[in-house]
Amino acid sequence: MSLVNIHEVHKYYGDLHVLKGINLNIKAGEVISIIGRSGSGKSTLLRCMNGLEKYQKGGITVDGKEVTTEEIQVRILARSVGMIFQSFNLFPHLTVGENIMLAPTIVLKKSKQEAQETAKAMLEKVGLADKFDSFPEKLSGGQQQRVAIARALAMNPKVLLCDEITSALDPELVGDVLKVLEQLAKEGMTLVLVTHEMNFARDVGDRVVFMHQGKVWEEGPAKEVFANPQTDELKNFVNSVL
Amino acid sequence: MLDFAALLPYSHVFIHGLITTVEISLLATVLGLVLGATFAVARQYGATWLSRIVNVYVELIRNTPFIVQLFFIFFGLPSIGLKLSAWEAGIIAMVVNLAAYSTEIIRAGLASTPKGQWEAGKVLGLSFKQTLFRVVIIPAIEKIYPALTSQCIIVMLGSAVLSQISVQDLTYAANFVQSRNFRSFESYLVTALLYLFLAILMRKAFNLIGKRLFSYRAER
Ligand SMILES: Nc1ncnc2c1ncn2[C@@H]1O[C@H](COP(=O)(O)OP(=O)(O)OP(=O)(O)O)[C@@H](O)[C@H]1O
Ligand SMILES: [Mg+2]
Repeated sequence: MSLVNIHEVHKYYGDLHVLKGINLNIKAGEVISIIGRSGSGKSTLLRCMNGLEKYQKGGITVDGKEVTTEEIQVRILARSVGMIFQSFNLFPHLTVGENIMLAPTIVLKKSKQEAQETAKAMLEKVGLADKFDSFPEKLSGGQQQRVAIARALAMNPKVLLCDEITSALDPELVGDVLKVLEQLAKEGMTLVLVTHEMNFARDVGDRVVFMHQGKVWEEGPAKEVFANPQTDELKNFVNSVL
Repeated sequence: MLDFAALLPYSHVFIHGLITTVEISLLATVLGLVLGATFAVARQYGATWLSRIVNVYVELIRNTPFIVQLFFIFFGLPSIGLKLSAWEAGIIAMVVNLAAYSTEIIRAGLASTPKGQWEAGKVLGLSFKQTLFRVVIIPAIEKIYPALTSQCIIVMLGSAVLSQISVQDLTYAANFVQSRNFRSFESYLVTALLYLFLAILMRKAFNLIGKRLFSYRAER
């Protein structure tokens, strides 16, 4: 039984048919990279997987639970699905520690002490143990993004969705974030990454999903997809980005 | 010749007026802001009908003179059986006025919240209320804090109008004193300076509160 189950999902923005029958199954522990041109529906698919966007047809389940956009459902789902954004979205008025502790204390109802221990452990994991009391605006982009990862991890999710999480970073900071992702992959975290980091997708990812015009155009084991693309569209795409 | 010493025998009148002005302004500021914040949330996130009602109220207050609002409450309402003391009518008028302006100001702050903040709250499992109170509200108020400060000062200065319904505030004191000693220049000059002093004091107080509320901006 797969952890994420996407079946014939269609999504419209008004008249715009953005997802045209997506089928995708993700097993626990898999690292999936979603690649494709701008506007192909990568973000939309990711956002349908945790209830941030409505889909009109088909079905998505995560860990056996159906994904909908109802507030109560989204809140239950948030315990098993973490998400990290391109723009970090840290809470500016809270310290790094408070950012990480907020949801564990008010959503999971952990004690302050327990939440603090988790927060410190997660910060350690992303290499920012000394930033517990700093405010986000004092950190570099790469550090902020690693705090966002720690914040998501503190909820102990089963799967982590990452939407171009290195795209807003200065090139020299990208590596730090990718290193954290690689470590998580090694530890068996299920990762779904929308990414333009093709080397990372090929070397760290298990599977690559190439989206084109709202469809899963081609998919397969990461190394094969890059070495031996089957469709012209993927060939062109791979040539244009590598 | 100017003769400020002529005011000295009336210093207790000025002090009494000053205290009254401070009291009503303080009360109106606190109540007006609490009400304004509540209305702003209703206006921005409430059901359409609720948002519309709040909007009608805001526009009604922002597009009519304060003195007319005050007279309506003090002289008008008794004809439908609602009799208020001058002090009560004055406070209500100020609260109603500040609440309307601050609704619009605070709403603008809420509206400027980046969508990502809401989404981050959502994917962490926070409810709408939790996200609003724990995530959105402080940075939203920070953005409009200077405007909010100015509006509160405007309403404090506007309280001078309450002397028209014989609330014994600072302006009432000035009117009273100059009618006794005919020293209008001195009376009103001193009164103006006292208002100026209050305005500066108020701005200082707001800055101090702001420093605490938004301490995350300070160097650490
Ligand atoms: N909120 C929205 N309202 C209307 N149309 C939207 C909305 N969000 C996305 N779209 C449209 O849906 C299509 C897919 O967008 P999506 O953001 O999923 O693409 P993407 O593959 O993530 O692209 P990118 O690489 O640029 O991030 C695009 O045509 C986009 O214009
Ligand atoms: Mg995108």
